[in-house]
Amino acid sequence: MKRTNDTPLLAVEGLSKYFRMSRTDVLKAVDGVSFEVFKGETVGLVGESGCGKSTTGRCIVRLHEPSAGSVRFDGEDVYAPVRSRAEARARSRRLCKDMQMVFQNPYSSLNPRMTVKDIVGEGLSLAGRMGERERDERITELLRTVGLGADHVSRFPHEFSGGQRQRIGIARALSVDPRFIVCDEPISALDVSIQAQVINMLKRLQAERGLTYLFIAHDLSVVKYVSDRVIVMYLGTVVEQSESVELYRHPLHPYTRALFSAIPEADPRIAKGRERILLKGEIPSPINPKDECRFADRCPMAQAVCRSGRPPLRDMGGGHSVACFLA
Amino acid sequence: MPEPILDVQDLSYSFKTYGGEVEAVRGVSFNVFPGEVVGIVGESGCGKSVSAQCALRLNPEPPGFRKGGRLLYKGEDVFGKTEREMRDMRGTEIGFVFQDPMTYLNPTMKIGAQVEEVFVGRPGVSRKDAKRRSAEMLRLVGISDVERRSNQYPHELSGGMKQRVMIAMALVGGPSLIIADEPTTSLDVTIEAQILELLDGLRKKLGTSIVIITHDLGVIAKMCDRVYVMYGGKVVESGPVEDIFYRTAHPYTAGLLGSIARLETECADELKAIEGTPPDLFSPPPGCPFAARCDYAMRVCYERPAPGYDLGGGHASSCWLRHEYAAPVELRSPCAPGTVA
Repeated sequence: MKRTNDTPLLAVEGLSKYFRMSRTDVLKAVDGVSFEVFKGETVGLVGESGCGKSTTGRCIVRLHEPSAGSVRFDGEDVYAPVRSRAEARARSRRLCKDMQMVFQNPYSSLNPRMTVKDIVGEGLSLAGRMGERERDERITELLRTVGLGADHVSRFPHEFSGGQRQRIGIARALSVDPRFIVCDEPISALDVSIQAQVINMLKRLQAERGLTYLFIAHDLSVVKYVSDRVIVMYLGTVVEQSESVELYRHPLHPYTRALFSAIPEADPRIAKGRERILLKGEIPSPINPKDECRFADRCPMAQAVCRSGRPPLRDMGGGHSVACFLA
Repeated sequence: MPEPILDVQDLSYSFKTYGGEVEAVRGVSFNVFPGEVVGIVGESGCGKSVSAQCALRLNPEPPGFRKGGRLLYKGEDVFGKTEREMRDMRGTEIGFVFQDPMTYLNPTMKIGAQVEEVFVGRPGVSRKDAKRRSAEMLRLVGISDVERRSNQYPHELSGGMKQRVMIAMALVGGPSLIIADEPTTSLDVTIEAQILELLDGLRKKLGTSIVIITHDLGVIAKMCDRVYVMYGGKVVESGPVEDIFYRTAHPYTAGLLGSIARLETECADELKAIEGTPPDLFSPPPGCPFAARCDYAMRVCYERPAPGYDLGGGHASSCWLRHEYAAPVELRSPCAPGTVA
C-alpha cells in the first residue's frame, strides 16, 4: 500500500444523499457511507448501476450537496458553513484546484461549442492569473501529457474519437494541477483496445504527479487492476471494504462473492468451468428502503437476523471490513 | 457434415452518405450450423452488427446497399427475396435480440401485445393461440406473474426484465436461428449472468442456433462454440473458441486479449494497449486493416489484403505472418495454458 502517512487526504463520514420523490417517498441514493482515501493511493468504488457510487463521487467534488454526513479534504470540512459569499467563493476555488473529476461519458461532458483550447484552458484562467502566452504553452504541454498534439488545440470535441475525448477530459482535470481526482467510470464508454490506453495513461500520470484517485467503476477486473483498496457498494451502502488483493482472494460478503462469480472471464476454460452464484431477482428500489440488510432479498444465505436491522461495517482485521451479520 | 443454417459468402455491404461511401463490411464470410452458438467479436464500427443485420435485411436501404457476395439462409439467398417474404421470415425463421431493450421496445404498447405481434397477419394462428403462446414464452424466459406483466408497459419493467421480454419476442415465433446483438451490454454484471444463463438454457431446451455479437471477450468465452473476430469490416480470425483464446493466430486478437484487465492480472503489470485507432471506413486501407496498429506489420501488410490461412480444425487467420516466407512470430495469448497462474 502506498500510504505515506496516517492522516487521510479524504475522509468521508456518514455521507448520505436523499432525493425527495414525493411527499411520502424518499430515494436514498447514498445512505451513511464512510471511508478514507490516503495520499497517493487509488481507491476503487464498485457496484452495479443505482448503487450510489457516482452520487458518492459527485458529493465529494461538490456537484451534489449531501443530505447528511461530512466530507473532509486534507482536514478541511468541504461543507462547513460559511459566513459570506466571498468566503464561499474562495473556498470553492481552492477546492476546485485540489479536487477534479473525470466523467463517464466523453460525448456529453465536453461542451460541443468550445474548442479544446477553451475546454482545457478554462480551469487555468479561473485558477490564477496567467499571460496568454504562458497559458497557451501550458495547454499544449497538458495535451502532450495526455498524448494529443499541439495541432489539436483549435478543434472541437466532435472532431475526436471517444478515446481522444476522454484524453481531453483528463487534460481538463489535470489543468489546475489537482491532488485528487474522482474518475467516474472513465473507460466504460470506450472500446476495449482503447480502454487499456486510457488506464495505462491514468496510472502513468499518477506515478509522475503523485495523484490520488477515487476510481468509480462497475468492471471488477479493471478495478482490481488499478486499485490499492476497493470499496463495494450495494444500494447506497458500503457492504465490504478491503485491500484489493485481499478482497479478491477472500471476499466475505455474499454480494461481493456473487459479483465476482458473475464476471464473464475472458478465458473459455474458466468461464465455462466455473460454478456461478446466480442472484435471484433485480436490484431493489432505493426508494424508502426497509431497515434491514439491503441485500437480504437477493442473498442466498439470508436468515432471520438479516431482517433485524442494518448490519454495521465490522472490522475483520488487516483493514478488511464487511457489513454482514453472517460473516 | 450438415448444411449450415446461415451461410455468408464474401459479403460486402456499404452505406452511401454525403461524405462518401462507408464500406462497413468488406468481404465477410461466416456460417452457422444447426444448434451452434457462434460469436462475432469486434469493436464498434468493425461491421459486426451490419453483417448480422443483413441476415434479416434490417439495414435501411438506401443508404445501405449490398456491394457483393451472398447471404444464404437455409440455402436461399436472402438478398433475392421480396420485402413480403422477408417479413414472413422475421421472427419465425430468424429472431433478433437487440442491444438496448429500452429503445427497441415500443413504449406505447403493452408487453403482451408486443410479444404477440409476431403472429399478426400469420394465417393459422388465432388471437387466442397467439396469447397463449406469448404467455408461455414469457414464462419460459423467467418473467413471473405473466398475467400482470403482459398488461404493463416497458417503462414499468427493469432493464433485465426488458431484455427477457426482447428474448421472448425473438423466440415466440419458433425461429431456427437467433441473432443477439450485444444482448447484455446495457446490463449489470449480476443481471448479465442471469441473461447469459437464460440464453444457454433456452438453446439446450429448444435447440435454436444462436449468433452472439459482442465486444466482450468474456461473453464469448462463456457462451460460444465458434468465434469470428472482426476488424475494419473484415473477419481477421475465426475458429473454435479454444483456438481463438489459446492458440491465437492474429495479432489483433492477441492484442485484444492482452489489453483487457483480468482478475489474475497483477497491479504491477502494465496492460498491453493497442496503440492507435481503428481505420476509417470511408477510405479503408488497401492491405490488412490492422497493419497500421500491428507490431509485426511488414510491407506487404500495407499493400495487399492477407488471404485466409487455414490452420487446421476450422481455425483460420487472415494474416501475412502465416505466409511461408514470413519470419516466424510467436503470438502469446495471455490466457494460453501455462501463462495463467
